[in-house]
Amino acid sequence: MTQSNPSAVVDYNFDVVRQFTVMTVIWGIVGTLVGVLIAAQLIWPALNFDTPWLTYSRLRPLHTNAVIFAFGTSALFATSYYVVQRTCQARLFGGKLAAFTFWGWQAVIVAAAISLPLGYTSSKEYAELEWPIDILITIVWVCYAIVFFGTIVKRKTSHIYVANWFFGGFILTVAVLHLVNSMVIPISAMKSYSIYPGAIDAMIQWWYGHNAVGFLLTAGFLGMMYYFVPKQAERPVYSYRLSIVHFWALVSLYIWAGPHHLHYTALPDWAQSVGMVMSIVLFLPSWGGMINGIMTLSGAWHKLRHDPILRFLIVSLSFYGMSTFEGPMMAIKSVNALSHYTDWTVGHVHSGALGWVAMISIGAMYHLIPVLFNQGRMYSIRLINIHFWIHTTGIVLYIVAMWISGVMQGLMWRAVNTDGTLTYSFVESLTASYPFYFIRFLGGVLVVSGFLLMAYNMFKTIGAKDGSLKAAEEA
Amino acid sequence: MDYGTLRGLVALLIMALFVIIVVWSYSKKRKASFDKVANSIFEEDDLTKQNKQSHLDKDSKQERK
Repeated sequence: MTQSNPSAVVDYNFDVVRQFTVMTVIWGIVGTLVGVLIAAQLIWPALNFDTPWLTYSRLRPLHTNAVIFAFGTSALFATSYYVVQRTCQARLFGGKLAAFTFWGWQAVIVAAAISLPLGYTSSKEYAELEWPIDILITIVWVCYAIVFFGTIVKRKTSHIYVANWFFGGFILTVAVLHLVNSMVIPISAMKSYSIYPGAIDAMIQWWYGHNAVGFLLTAGFLGMMYYFVPKQAERPVYSYRLSIVHFWALVSLYIWAGPHHLHYTALPDWAQSVGMVMSIVLFLPSWGGMINGIMTLSGAWHKLRHDPILRFLIVSLSFYGMSTFEGPMMAIKSVNALSHYTDWTVGHVHSGALGWVAMISIGAMYHLIPVLFNQGRMYSIRLINIHFWIHTTGIVLYIVAMWISGVMQGLMWRAVNTDGTLTYSFVESLTASYPFYFIRFLGGVLVVSGFLLMAYNMFKTIGAKDGSLKAAEEA
Repeated sequence: MDYGTLRGLVALLIMALFVIIVVWSYSKKRKASFDKVANSIFEEDDLTKQNKQSHLDKDSKQERK
């Protein structure tokens, strides 16, 4: 599988990139499929078949872990390994260490897929995995950092391209977050308790939780954006200077936003206010980055008409802009009083996850697959276009349903009669949500179908004879 | 110095740092080198293209369909 031509300038290690790329698509299917199953369970509870390991409570963390750590993080491994080699013009540092990160990370995913349905959980959201798996994650992550930063150290270019700053920031911060949040006292092979007490534990958890969003699901994917958007648009990023300010502003603000997950809880009021203010300020670097990405296309908007890959990338930025406007707004305490614990939060997360994270990854993968497997283009551009529309329709159905359902729940829960009693029981609000749960389920089915099309397209591209798929010339 | 004053100073320091970053990255002196860096992701492909026939078609240009 290594590059055949001996006169290559650099013998890049694309094997590991290929492995992560293929697994990104596979885990994309698995993760969203579990999501569709639990969405269906919310409408038809009988779908857990009275088996403990198919209950919503166990499959929900499996879904979140699969999409964030299997799909999203595999995409980050693939693109960061590719981009760092290309922009540093150096082969990955560490030899077999890169292959170890692949197999180690897949082992983490398999361990999660087995232990979560069996009911092993630390009960910390997005950090449910028990302590032996946490240790494996730490080892793999340290190796990832060695490979990535080792490659930067041995680079042949003088400058470190901005995408690598974002990837590097993501790798370092996730290491710190994981180490701090996973501090536990093990009491048996698969059971442990957090070393932090009460409200401190909650604060640590959401400092971790929100920065998993900020650094893994944002900074990492912004690294992807800063390479693949200019590359696919065939023009340099709109403003390199803005990208530098973007990086430093984003990384220095995100770290403070966590407390907005704990409004009106036992967390001290001042900490809640800090979280709220920092979340609102965060709007600025987020939109700076979005504008920088979208404006890269200025003067070449026509490309969007013909290139579905570019469309994936640019629409992902629109969803990014939408979520990063919605997020700061939901972090305002009075808005949060309405939105928290409702489906609005779920809608917000999915406009970020399916819109921003998944679409930028899908676009990057469609760009990457032909390059990695010696082809001029994907097997079928038409299928990419169909995927784009299926995926977009799926997201819109999903988030609109959740917005309506969420606001409705918030309003029903706070409605009081003149005598001070609650107007609606909880069950009444649940019944009112059923139609929207069905629309959400439909949206999810569309997203999974899109991923299946992508897998078909990918395997057809990989299976085609080397160089047989020619890139279309300029129209 | 009490804790409140210290925190105030740290906030000022971080703000100063931010202003320095903005001034540094937007200074006219750096414009040319940043333009070069922004274009570097394409240069590297040219290098590869000169040396490797198989890479010729790699930059997928789905202009038509």
